[in-house]
Amino acid sequence: MKHCLIVDDSAVIRKVARRILEGLSFRTSEAEDGEQALSRCRTEMPDAVLLDWNMPVMDGYSFLRALRELPGGEIPKVVFCTTENDVGNIARAMRAGADEYIMKPFDKEIMTAKMQEVGLV
Amino acid sequence: MLDADFDFLRAYLKERSGLSLSAEKRYLIDSRLGPICRRFSLTGVPDLVTKLRQGRDRALETAVVEAMTTNETFFFRDKTPFDIFKDTILPQMLAARAGKRKLRIWCAAASSGQEPYSLAMILDEARAKLAGWQIEIVATDIAAEVLDKAKAGIYTQFEVQRGLPIQMLLKYFQQKGDAWHISPAIKSMVTFKQMNLIKDFSQLGQFDVIYCRNVLIYFDQPTKTDVLRRLSAALAPDGVLLLGAAETVIGLTDALAPHASKRGLYVASGAGRAGAGNTGAGNATAETGKMRVPAGGLRIAAGG
Ligand SMILES: C[S@@+](CC[C@H](N)C(=O)[O-])C[C@H]1O[C@@H](n2cnc3c(N)ncnc32)[C@H](O)[C@@H]1O
Repeated sequence: MKHCLIVDDSAVIRKVARRILEGLSFRTSEAEDGEQALSRCRTEMPDAVLLDWNMPVMDGYSFLRALRELPGGEIPKVVFCTTENDVGNIARAMRAGADEYIMKPFDKEIMTAKMQEVGLV
Repeated sequence: MLDADFDFLRAYLKERSGLSLSAEKRYLIDSRLGPICRRFSLTGVPDLVTKLRQGRDRALETAVVEAMTTNETFFFRDKTPFDIFKDTILPQMLAARAGKRKLRIWCAAASSGQEPYSLAMILDEARAKLAGWQIEIVATDIAAEVLDKAKAGIYTQFEVQRGLPIQMLLKYFQQKGDAWHISPAIKSMVTFKQMNLIKDFSQLGQFDVIYCRNVLIYFDQPTKTDVLRRLSAALAPDGVLLLGAAETVIGLTDALAPHASKRGLYVASGAGRAGAGNTGAGNATAETGKMRVPAGGLRIAAGG
């Protein structure tokens, strides 16, 4: 079973994402900010990270850069999931090493398509 | 709704667009024609049927036919048919057409354009190998409304997130407010035309590749057979046809056969080609007496 770490400061978004991902046969874990997410990745590297951009403590962008420095940090497929829907931000995230990008709001179909795109469904 | 009205609409739609409406789909009439009634200031479906019977309102007739079509589509829908295009069809056509350097592709139920534009993006990615080639993508649909959207090439955030890889979005679209505009270069690769598949389409000419996906499912058996027969006549002898995941040629025509391993891909079988002309006058002659090019051009073998 593939493991997806959901990183978002909104409990509602985490819950929606969890339901959808579990429906796609993912095992999920959650973090409220980038720093929590990093420490989870140090313990267990997930197969995928669903990543918000704007979060307190450490934002998604800084998390992504720190993640890719960790041993094994190149493994997870990182899918940004954010309201930063501006093309400039998307390009910046992709340059920073994200694999896919979901513009909020999203639904099951979009999540499925994106997880298919990164080869996890 | 009276049974007589339902029967009338059913026959009407079958004749106009090939749509075969089963009794279980009766609810679709109310849900889809309700808005049409309001648009044309009609009191309800019985009123609408009366108007249609009079046969004097062309705009209403078109609106009814278009409202009853299902236009669901998305970029790179089902993925595999596009992988097949990139990895199998394109390399083999590049070899088979190396002399002529000409390729004609037809999307026969293109809806709002995502399918032909997906093919155009794949072709653009292969641009280096296609220098000097003349490539035509003809995209047709019965419905003018979806074709207008296709021609505009403007999509919502929701639409560009279904099936379109983010790198392709960045590369081939421009963001204008909430809308995403397909690049002029990709847009210029596709020609859109209105075309009813149940009518003669032989004037479109011959194609190397035909995508006719997720439209035959709405037709009854004889209509499917007729359309498939004429599609096979519009294919080059070594051309290929792609159907939707829920569609097949099996039991409908022996002019086409499924590819040995690629699902959804069909090739000319060699059988039933004579007399496979279109229904319109004068086109049968173009096909009859023409020799089939022996295998060796396209090595996409038919199989069981
Ligand atoms: C479900 S969409 C399929 C779009 C695309 N091929 C795909 O697979 O995503 C079906 C399309 O077929 C069109 N259609 C229905 N009847 C037709 C007919 N008789 N001739 C041509 N197009 C037709 C509809 O207008 C609609 O846009």
